[in-house]
Parts: sequence; structure tokens; C-alpha cells
Amino acid sequence: MGFLIGFLWFVAVIAACMAAGWLFRTIAIAVTPKGVKKELRTAPLTASFGMLVIIIYIIVAVFAPLIAPFPERAVLGAEYLPWDDVHLLGTDNLGRDMLSRLIFGARNTVGIAFATTALAFLIGSILGLLAATVGGWLDQALSRAVDVLMAIPALIFSLLLLTIFGTSILTLIIVIAIIDSTRVYRLARSVALNIVVMDYIEAAKLRGEGLWRLITREILPNAMAPLVAEFGLRFCFVFLAISALSFLGLGLQPPMADWGSMVKENATLIAFGDITPLLPAGAIALLTVSVNFVVDWQLHRASGLKE
Amino acid sequence: MSHIWSMIAKRLALGLLTLFIVSLLIFGATELLPGDFAEEFLGQAATPETVAAIRRELGLDLPMHTRYIEWLTGVVQGDFGNSLSNRRPVVDLISTRLGNTLFLALYAAAIAVPLSLMLGILAALFRNSFFDRFSNASALTSISFPEFFVAYILIFWLAGRGGMFPSMASFRGDPSLGEMLYRTFLPALTLTLVVTAHMMRMTRAAIINLLASPYIEMARLKGMKPMRVIVRHALPNALAPIINVIALNLAYLITGVVVVEVVFVFPGLGQLMVDSVAARDMPVVQAVALIFAAAYVLLNLTADVLATLSNPRLVHRR
Repeated sequence: MGFLIGFLWFVAVIAACMAAGWLFRTIAIAVTPKGVKKELRTAPLTASFGMLVIIIYIIVAVFAPLIAPFPERAVLGAEYLPWDDVHLLGTDNLGRDMLSRLIFGARNTVGIAFATTALAFLIGSILGLLAATVGGWLDQALSRAVDVLMAIPALIFSLLLLTIFGTSILTLIIVIAIIDSTRVYRLARSVALNIVVMDYIEAAKLRGEGLWRLITREILPNAMAPLVAEFGLRFCFVFLAISALSFLGLGLQPPMADWGSMVKENATLIAFGDITPLLPAGAIALLTVSVNFVVDWQLHRASGLKE
Repeated sequence: MSHIWSMIAKRLALGLLTLFIVSLLIFGATELLPGDFAEEFLGQAATPETVAAIRRELGLDLPMHTRYIEWLTGVVQGDFGNSLSNRRPVVDLISTRLGNTLFLALYAAAIAVPLSLMLGILAALFRNSFFDRFSNASALTSISFPEFFVAYILIFWLAGRGGMFPSMASFRGDPSLGEMLYRTFLPALTLTLVVTAHMMRMTRAAIINLLASPYIEMARLKGMKPMRVIVRHALPNALAPIINVIALNLAYLITGVVVVEVVFVFPGLGQLMVDSVAARDMPVVQAVALIFAAAYVLLNLTADVLATLSNPRLVHRR
């Protein structure tokens, strides 16, 4: 019987999500200008639901101080209070408001993951495009270096580097960005390799275009579609990696609100049948699933246009 | 057959070379630190005497290449130096924990590999059915979940109120094999769930890729049962990509094990590494990182060799 009720809940939640996605798509089609409208019509329900979730996360992250009922770091009462009218989701292991920390966590965790992904992309795609365009010894040197870096498991390598440089937000961003830029490098290089052999690149070279202009004006626009899809996937990996490190106590440091460390701090409650500590973990999972849905749609669209 | 042996020898040499460069990287990373590791490690407690002691302990007063050669000869002889935080030889800390971690990883692999192969074959057999779509969607979802989320959901369900399984996996009091399997069931199940999705999807894709070939059409026209077509005719040719993906996921188990060990307070290498990173205990972190990297390289190597052996055209080449 319990299983049946659980299954019904599961079906109801899925249905509600799909309905929200459908509603969002209808409204979005109605209010956006013509060009965007056409593309939105092709979005499946999963992708519209994904976009809706991403937009909600962005709004929450940007307006966190306005939405949150209590400050991020204030100790307000006893530890582990249950859910009630004042503290909607109760309090955590130090007596801070859980809901407020969840809201501020959106800003900290998602913001830092985004900054890290952007940095990884900047490093990886510039080096990758450069290696493909220049070729020769530069390509060899960079590619072999990347091969070596990729021979060490990513999580282990970041743990090693964090031991050496200590745990601060800046080192965290730089370490994860460098490790992930190796994956971006591989993709950017392989995409660009197919582009540099085309005739119009030859023509641009004969026209006397410089290296920088060649990369940004001729190669990059044609390599953009796979790179954008990769950005979404990379964001998921970076986000999960940072959450895992925070969960291990080696990422974002307290008293900063962060989803990974919030799970760890309140984990004792789970054994007593309280689901509050699962909420931050669920927030992480929901965002990664949503991003994956949108990326899936974009990849499908990109491959469909080529045919 | 002789060229197979020479191929294996070549791959092994390449793997050793990679491992050598990785060891250089793991050891040399300390040099990247601006300033001095001893001072950084001690922080507030840095007096000239303590700094000098740490520097002597790590051999930081010697030039880098002598230190590296000493460290490497030590490692080859099974001596990883002493831990900074409790002065015990690193080997003593590692030896029992390595066994525990291997036990957990093998336990998870023993469930995950047959399960994902079976599910992948079934999904290929009943492709585009409800079963196929459902398993695909749940695979996509489980890939995007953080490991600790899966682990805590399992604890909540199976260890919380009902209390069917223990939420902490300890090996205290010399348990029997059955007891060990029971105590580590939840961590093993977590790891299984994390890796099964990917392996299943790839198995399905590799088999479906082959189903369009003429010889499969032929087998079907002979009136063979669909199950037999897939298992006897498609599967042998799909083995190479499947082996690769299994190896990749077993390698992933190595890193996944870190988070899962922390959730279940399991006395393994991952837990040791996390504790040592927090204490900035350099010799232990270097040793554990080297072991993880070696396992990673070794698994990739095995996958390469097995994938070649699974293809008769490569084995009996003239």
C-alpha cells in the first residue's frame, strides 16, 4: 500500500511539472518577440520545464536578500527546530533559518559554479582554438599536457591541489576551472580542427587576417553551437564537483550558506526520518536535471538543423 | 599470437610512462606554492624551529630532483614516508584501508556490471517501448544526481524508520563475510545506482548500432528468436565499446568512492584522503593520490587490452 501511494505521488509530481512546463511555454510564446517565439515552439515539455526552473533559480539567486525572511548567518533560536509558521523549514544545526540559508545558497553555490565554468571555458576554448589554428609544436605540447592532466581522476586531482593551496573560494574556482578546462580544450580543439581546413579559412589567411581575428571572427562563430551545449554540460559537472567538495568540507567554507555543506551539517536528521537535509541536495539535483533537459533539446535542435 | 604479447607489452610500457609523469606531477605540485609549504602548513604556529623540523621531515632543504628520486625509490619499495599529523608510517595507515576500499568497489562492481548489461540488453530488445523510455529517463536523472543525494535517500528509505540496514558501515569486531556484505550493502548500492545508468545506456546504444547490419537481418530472416539474435549475434560484436564503458565506470567508482565513504563513515582510502586534505598532511595525500591514479591508469590499460582481445580480426592479424 505504501508503495502504491508513493507511486501515485511520483506520478502526480511528474504531471504537475509537465503542466508547469506547458504553462510556461504558452506564456513565453505569447510575450516574446517573433524570432524567439518560433524557436520556443519547438521546445518539448521537459525542456520548457527546465527553462522555467533555471529562470526561477536565477531570480532567487539575484534577489536573495529580498526574498529570504531572515539574514544568512544570524543565529535565531534553538537548533534543529521543526517546521512551523516562523521558520518555514525549521532551523539548522546552529539555529539558523533553513529556508533563508537555502535561498542564499542559490546565490553562493550557483554563482560560484557559473563563474568557474565561465573561467574554464575562457581558458579551454582559447587554448583549444589556438592549438588547432597554429598547429605544430604548440598543438603537440598543449595536447600532451592535457593528456597527462586527464590521466588523474578529477576529484582526486582537485583534492591534491586543495591540500597544497589551502581551501578558499578563489583557489577553489581556479583549481576546478583549470581541471575542467582540459575537457573544454579537447572539445574546442577537435571542433576547430575540422574548421581550419576549410577553404574560407585559407582565403582569410591569404587576405592577411591576423591570428586573433582569424580565431574570433572566422572560427569561433562556426564552433559556437557545440561549445554552447558543452557549456551546459560542463556547468552540471562543475556544479556537482563543487557541491561534492563542499559536502566533504573542502569547498565553500562556513558560515557561508552552501547547499553541499548544508547537507553535511544537518545529515544527522536523516537517520531520524526528517527530510529537511535532503532539500539542499534536491535543489542541486533539480537544477542539474533541468540544465540537462535544456541541453538535450538544444543538442537535438543543433543536429536537426544540420540535416 | 606473438604480436598480441608485443601489443600488451607496448601498452604496459605506455601505462608505466604515464604513471611516471603522473607521479612527477603529484610530487611536483608542491613546488607550485608561492613561498614555503612548511610555513604555509604551520600557519600561526610557525616558529623558526618548527619550520626547520617540517622542512627536514619533508626534505624541503634538499634540491627538488634529489627529493623526487628519494621519494620514488621509497615508493617503489613500499615506503611512502611518515604522516605529518600523527608521525606514523603512511604505509600502515593505507594498508588496511586499501583493502576495505577495494572490497567496496568490487562489491559494487559485482552488482552493477551484470545488472547494467542485463538492463541494456533488455532495453535494446524492447526498444521504444515503455520499459525502454522509462529506463532511459531514469538513467538521465540518476546521472544528474549528486552521489550524496542518492546515498541519503537510500539511508532515509532503508536505514531510517524501518531500520533494515545500518546507516554506518564499520568493520569493528572482525565480522564474517556475510556480515560485511550486509553492513556495506547501502554504500555498495549507492555506487551501483550511480554507475549503472551510464553503462546501461552505452550497452543499449552499442547493440542498437549493430541491429541495422545485414548479418543481423539475415539472422532474423532465418527465423531466430529476437533474444537469441541479440545475445548470440549482436553482443559479441558490441563487446569492445561495452568493455571500454565498463572500465571507464569502474574508474569512476574510484572517485565516487570518496564521497560515499564519507557519507557512510566507511574506513577506506577516500575517507583517509579527505581527512588528510583538511589537515594538509602532504605525504598521505600524495600516497593516496598516487594509488588512485595508478588504479585509474591500470583500468584504462586493461580495457584497451580486453577490447583488442575481444576482436578476432585484431587477434589473428597477418
